[in-house]
Amino acid sequence: MRESTFWPRLLAHPWILGIAGILIVLLLWTGVTATGLVDRLFLPSPAAVLAAGQAQASAGILGRDLVASVTRVFTGFALSAAVALPLGIAMGTNRAICQLLEPLMGLIRYMPAPAFIPLLIIYFGLEELPKVMLIFIGTVFFNTLMIMDAVKFVPHELVETALTLGGKRAQLLTRVITPCIAPQVLDTYRINMASAWNLVIVAELVAANEGLGKRISLAQRFLRTDEIFVGLIVIGVIGLLIDLGFRLLMRRACSWAN
Amino acid sequence: MHLSVDSVSKSFGEGKARKLVLENVSFTISSGEFVALVGSSGSGKSTMMRLVAGLDRPSAGTITVDGVPVKGPGSDRGMVFQKYSLYPWLTAAQNVAFGMSLQGLPRREVQERTSYFLEVVGLSDAARRLPRELSGGMQQRVAIARALAAEPKVLLLDEPFGALDLQIRESMQEFLHGLWQRTGLTALLITHDLEEALLLAQRVHILAPRPGRIVRSVAADLPHGELAHLRVTPEFLALREELAACLRGLDGGLGL
Ligand SMILES: Nc1ncnc2c1ncn2[C@@H]1O[C@H](COP(=O)(O)OP(=O)(O)O)[C@@H](O)[C@H]1O
Ligand SMILES: [Mg+2]
Repeated sequence: MRESTFWPRLLAHPWILGIAGILIVLLLWTGVTATGLVDRLFLPSPAAVLAAGQAQASAGILGRDLVASVTRVFTGFALSAAVALPLGIAMGTNRAICQLLEPLMGLIRYMPAPAFIPLLIIYFGLEELPKVMLIFIGTVFFNTLMIMDAVKFVPHELVETALTLGGKRAQLLTRVITPCIAPQVLDTYRINMASAWNLVIVAELVAANEGLGKRISLAQRFLRTDEIFVGLIVIGVIGLLIDLGFRLLMRRACSWAN
Repeated sequence: MHLSVDSVSKSFGEGKARKLVLENVSFTISSGEFVALVGSSGSGKSTMMRLVAGLDRPSAGTITVDGVPVKGPGSDRGMVFQKYSLYPWLTAAQNVAFGMSLQGLPRREVQERTSYFLEVVGLSDAARRLPRELSGGMQQRVAIARALAAEPKVLLLDEPFGALDLQIRESMQEFLHGLWQRTGLTALLITHDLEEALLLAQRVHILAPRPGRIVRSVAADLPHGELAHLRVTPEFLALREELAACLRGLDGGLGL
């Protein structure tokens, strides 16, 4: 009888198994490194990674890298989000604009963003601008096309009801279409934010003075695998926090859609 | 108020793909009248409704409200759809207030009229609930209240109860009938349910399919007092049987 209530109760708290999964990997990792079977150079112990992280944090390196990478991601992505929203809505509501831009965007979207790095460096040098532009280019087409799709799925009854209630064209955009697509827009941003993180690391591997990606490539040069692990884990945690942030915002702002 | 549909035809597509959906349809509605258009699915009922609402233009013929040709949608013709009738992100009260706030009415007035119309449809208690927290019947009542709150000259109802269970549909018919008796609204109801049309409307037009055209128009001069009674009176049953045979004939003629 006991077993029959155990699983449902456990599954009712999704984070329990989630944390268990992480702990299992941590335990395996500790176990494998403790046996000494694997060369430390390839796989440092969790304690060594923690120590490396602490050393970087207390030297102020970690904080500076974090600020540098996060600033790039947020600037580039904010720009992308701000362009994609009106453009996606315009393409979703206007057939001419859609026919003009959709094939073009569909084409550019499949060009791998990192392949633009050489061009961006030639155009914008080695400072912040090329990195921000890479994140912008790498996410703006996905953001736009996904928002356009969300607009196309707005039930036409909702738009037409507003018209029969005396709504003006401009009101359709602000009072019907925008609130209706808000949940999908937030979800689009949440999903494409992951690409922004990929791209900032790629950009920093190529050219940067600081940033989490830069730290990883420096660590590689000096065979500091512990520092590579620090970088990877920090990037993962920040990504997860941003993801959770978007989910929380969605639950707060768009509770009607759950 | 006088709404007049005069020799209206509508076709979609061009050239070989051209499809005639409505052919030479004419009827009128005057203030306080309740008119129903009955036809099988695909007979062009929704198309007719969209033309009256101004959401589409006729290919031929004219539609006028008080002599003025319909050029587009407007708040003088309120519409209730069968599906997606409410804004899911707005509460019941905000939905009712939606048209009034689009039109820029003063806040006080919007609030007063919102609570009045919620009361008219018997949903004052549900004011703060979201559409997904309301039953299908309640949602359609909110949609009707929202349309009425914008003070249309005529209410256009496109199968408003088509998605509801039979039992709820019957109580919604009672509700709409009572509303009509109390408020003297003017309505054009579109339905595939002959009984619904005969119960609610004073005039019923039968629409034949492919292309949609009116083949019979009857005045439902029945004692519309109590719907539950009306359903079983001999006059009602006889008229329903006669028109049902007419509708069957239309489908039978196509070998369905
Ligand atoms: N926008 C449109 N383009 C092409 N055909 C349409 C369009 N709207 C409706 N039709 C056609 O018109 C016919 C009648 O449709 P409709 O008015 O929705 O019928 P009903 O509401 O009586 O079921 C259908 O065959 C449908 O395919
Ligand atoms: Mg229809």
